Amino acid sequence: MTSASQLILLHEDDNVFVVVAPIEIGDILTIGGGTLPAREGITVGHKIARRPLDPGEKVIKYGAPIGSMTAHADTGDWIHMHNMKSDYIAAHSRVAGSDVA
Amino acid sequence: MISGYLRQDGRKGIRNVTVVAYLVECAHHVARRIVDKIDDPDVHLIGFPGCYPNAYAKRVMEAIATHPNVGGVVLVSLGCESFDRAGLAETVRASGRPVELLVIQEVGGTAATIAGGLAAVERVRAVAADAPRAAMALDELVIATICGGSDGTSGITANPAVGRAFDRFVAAGATCIFEETGELVGCETIMADRAVTPALGAEIEACVKKAEAYYTIMGFGSFAPGNAEGGLTTQEEKSMGAYSKSGSSPISGIIKPGDVPPAGGLYLLDVVPDGEPRFGFPNISDNAEIVELIACGAHLTLFTTGRGSVVGSAVSPVIKICANPETARRLAADMDINAGRILDNETTLSAVGDEIYDRVIAVASGERSVSEELGHREFILTYKAFEPIGPACLPARATGARS
Repeated sequence: MTSASQLILLHEDDNVFVVVAPIEIGDILTIGGGTLPAREGITVGHKIARRPLDPGEKVIKYGAPIGSMTAHADTGDWIHMHNMKSDYIAAHSRVAGSDVA
Repeated sequence: MISGYLRQDGRKGIRNVTVVAYLVECAHHVARRIVDKIDDPDVHLIGFPGCYPNAYAKRVMEAIATHPNVGGVVLVSLGCESFDRAGLAETVRASGRPVELLVIQEVGGTAATIAGGLAAVERVRAVAADAPRAAMALDELVIATICGGSDGTSGITANPAVGRAFDRFVAAGATCIFEETGELVGCETIMADRAVTPALGAEIEACVKKAEAYYTIMGFGSFAPGNAEGGLTTQEEKSMGAYSKSGSSPISGIIKPGDVPPAGGLYLLDVVPDGEPRFGFPNISDNAEIVELIACGAHLTLFTTGRGSVVGSAVSPVIKICANPETARRLAADMDINAGRILDNETTLSAVGDEIYDRVIAVASGERSVSEELGHREFILTYKAFEPIGPACLPARATGARS
């Protein structure tokens, strides 16, 4: 597949793309004029980095901050609870009472 | 033109439902059996399970029992619970609706009350059937929106499409309500800028702060594991997506459960209790929010979902708008509108907004929504505590507009 149908940019200030069609490992993603192979499968609705992101950096989606990075991510990396967190209220998983973020 | 059911207070309904209401969990079985035996799409079960008194529950029950979609009421009480059954019956009677009250301990138990209830429903329905019909204009329509089972597609497709439809309805003079301040954490500043007065803007920021504080004490945001599995990582990310349901109209006011907006426009329903948290989570699941929207007069609710909620509601139809194309394929028979086609490049946000608009008119005109056809009539009401809204919350009322 081509990245044009798999990723959308919601706002020009965003530093993440939203996945709108399933990405398989090895799919070639076109980001910022370059291409790179997807390092993991990513399902629809999830986010990937538009550029390298450092711990503490705000994640921008819809042109607005939606949380902060907790670990480094390279361009094309999946961005989720393992490398970012809320700046408001911690999210939780299906394991009762555990705070993942 | 929509043909409504004209009520004595001048409001018009899009359905003519008879509700059977249990006033404590101990009367739930009897009330449910009455509704099940009648098995009619326009006889619905509602109720409040608690035995202790609660002003909020009484207010919501009164608002729903006198909702324009309701034509008649049968109350089922055990007898010893504290719910003010006489007061509720009187409120319904004063609204011009037929009402009957059965007290299980007085009627003589389960079987006798079920039999008596069946007869009571028939009498109430016979009176309700004579409700006069009248043409209903768009500026008499109250439309609510909620999202449930959100994922990373919700904020891209279904939610902004509802926002487009809301913009059209507000422009046409209708009343639109969005809600769940706990799911607007992170949007408070941009939302306040849309308020019709600066004082209302300050109230909007304050009510989102209240929500944040409340949820922080609860230990959980309004964020379910399925939200994360669907690609949402944080509360504020979910909020930004949820917020897009509100469209771009100015925000005319803040209301609380049971407040009916005084005029057309866009309103924010504050669902988070006031004061120290006392009774637990603000709304334990989506239907608790839908019940509050109906208590504010909502004739129907636009429900967006990415993961695939299947719920409907008693009293007011729910229209399902699916955000995620994969979910839309898996749960096709539960959805009214597939906004996921936007991601498949088969349609546009504006076109889906128009589809939602047309679907609202059709359902308001009597066509059954998918969840209605499937028999979904969920209802849940729990304990809460609210203070009345402040003077800055409804600028239109302060300046003497229609009230």
